[in-house]
Amino acid sequence: MPAIAREKLAQLKRDTTEARLAEMTLPDGAGWAAEARAAARARVRDLGLPHPRDEYWKFTRPDTLVQPEAPRAALFEAGEPHLFHDRDRLHLVFRDGVLDESASDAQALEGIEIERLGSALATDIHWTRDLYGVLEEAGQSPVPRPLAALNTAYATDGLVIRVTGTPAKPVCLTYLHADEFSDGMLHHVIRVEPDAEMTLLETGPGAARINQVMEVDVADRGRLHHVRAQGRDHERRAVTGTFARLGSESTFKSFTMTVNGVMTRNECVVTLTGDDAVAHLAGVCVGDGTDFHQDDTVFVTHDAANCESRQVFKKVLRNGATGVFQGKILVKDGAQKTDGYQISQSLLLDDDSQFQAKPELEIYADDVACSHGSTSGAIDETALFYLRSRGVPEAEATDLLVLAFLAEALQEIEDDDIAEEMVNRLSGWLERRAA
Amino acid sequence: MLNIKNLHVKLEEEDKQILKGVDLEVEAGKVHAIMGPNGSGKSTLSYVLSGREGYEVTDGTVHLEGEDVLALEPEERAALGIFLAFQYPVEIPGVGNMTFLRTALNAQRKAKGEDEMSAADFLKLIRARAKDLKIDADMLKRPVNVGFSGGEKKRNEILQMAVLEPKMCILDETDSGLDVDAMKLVADGVNALRQEGRGFLVITHYQRLLDHIVPDVVHIMVDGQIVKSGGPELAQEVEKNGYADIMAEVA
Repeated sequence: MPAIAREKLAQLKRDTTEARLAEMTLPDGAGWAAEARAAARARVRDLGLPHPRDEYWKFTRPDTLVQPEAPRAALFEAGEPHLFHDRDRLHLVFRDGVLDESASDAQALEGIEIERLGSALATDIHWTRDLYGVLEEAGQSPVPRPLAALNTAYATDGLVIRVTGTPAKPVCLTYLHADEFSDGMLHHVIRVEPDAEMTLLETGPGAARINQVMEVDVADRGRLHHVRAQGRDHERRAVTGTFARLGSESTFKSFTMTVNGVMTRNECVVTLTGDDAVAHLAGVCVGDGTDFHQDDTVFVTHDAANCESRQVFKKVLRNGATGVFQGKILVKDGAQKTDGYQISQSLLLDDDSQFQAKPELEIYADDVACSHGSTSGAIDETALFYLRSRGVPEAEATDLLVLAFLAEALQEIEDDDIAEEMVNRLSGWLERRAA
Repeated sequence: MLNIKNLHVKLEEEDKQILKGVDLEVEAGKVHAIMGPNGSGKSTLSYVLSGREGYEVTDGTVHLEGEDVLALEPEERAALGIFLAFQYPVEIPGVGNMTFLRTALNAQRKAKGEDEMSAADFLKLIRARAKDLKIDADMLKRPVNVGFSGGEKKRNEILQMAVLEPKMCILDETDSGLDVDAMKLVADGVNALRQEGRGFLVITHYQRLLDHIVPDVVHIMVDGQIVKSGGPELAQEVEKNGYADIMAEVA
């Protein structure tokens, strides 16, 4: 790019960034929190908000995520309860990005300490201090994630959870969307202490537009299972940033299901810092229509020996829907015996839908096993005919093959019972959509 | 039961005539065999009967118990009672064999206006049928045909046939890729299904399958036409002299 064009672009980015920041004021907090927020705001200015010319925003238009006002998103009546509703769980409800205490269970569960973000950030001495904005900042290099920094600066609510034992039931966060113009900014911080283990479930759209960051610190031998279903509201927008740091022999499994939504960008940044750590990141996406855009941008760094990472992302797209996958495995010098796996696949149900994939491997250790693959294909006509020849009608046979295609990703969910609940929902949605 | 009249079929993609006037009638309760050299159109006939895409019927008719088969979608043909045992059964990763069978059975029942079979009844049915074919629980749990040996795939086809109980069974080269023991198992499975009211069309290149599934009528197909029909002895003749003699005879 010529120098003049580069300067023009930089100016444009500065203008966009300042336009967004102009109307925002940093929330109050303890000294350290105020500093963390101010530093995050400085990071936003330094990085500039995303622009289509940015390397990692080439396939996804950032404008509606960046602009000051959240675009209107019509409310959606699902006609069925949110996922995980009949499960034994600690249930917390957020409405347009704000915790609704009256609709939530008491924040008490043996094996965890749970607190609202605002209260933690107002406390002078708090464990959150070592993590809030810290993992997000660490995740800004080499790929900038300015919307996550924006979140650290201005997040209005969220939870900080310290897992000290093995709670008997999962924590489930249900995100309601009640206002057509709501603009939510949630920030969760999770610290899993050594040998502790927890399951975190998330379901629902959250807001007309939501910016959500989750910082995760899993200590040695800790385990965190994370399963997320993004709401089915057709017009909702979401940008999420998950920043995880894994200690030795720890496990982090994160699964996301995206069905509907006009714009979804899920960024996941995981660093394996202790030997023998395991990270499994997976997602399924079912998109319908030209307005649908979903993007998984994943970055896994192996910075210790003998670690395992898996990225399994499957997208079913039809009627002009767009899916994006940008996934990277970085194996640092010394991260020997790394076992890295990455697969991203799309099933395109028609010629109008599209899938953009950018798989990357960068390896500096010499004794590693890394594989990656990306495919894009149509329904297997032979399999379709086989099913039909046995009496299964075409629409039903297609759904069966769609679910079969998604199965590899759904199998990444640790708890079979939760996986089954998600498969049943997906199957129901596919069935009704066909009707 | 199955009436094929003057059936002409060409490939959709290229201007190539495969079937050039096939006439065939399979009566209920009978087993008809079609033999013929490679490329004679035997498999094409099986695909056209089951409704596979890629073929264009340029002339002729096919009726099953008076119903116009060619006007129906593949799933409608299945509900009507047509079943094709594939020469190359298809692997479907991610779809469990049991799920597949149950979905198929219930789809057919639904199409016929019957109630779906309960999970318990289905399990009872499938266990009984699987046992006869020496299909173990593991094969039922695995994805459809994935990692199955050649013999297992063919047995799985016969299992589907036994569960779906079609009126008209078409077996396309079911003996290909089978050793003697596997072939016997498959033949036993087919013979167990032979009964009044069910017709069979057994397509094969070699006579050996017909030692185990003894046909009532044998047809020889050459170059898209049935050139000769007779009793089981016709299959023996082919075995002894090959197709060359018959082709010379009818030329």
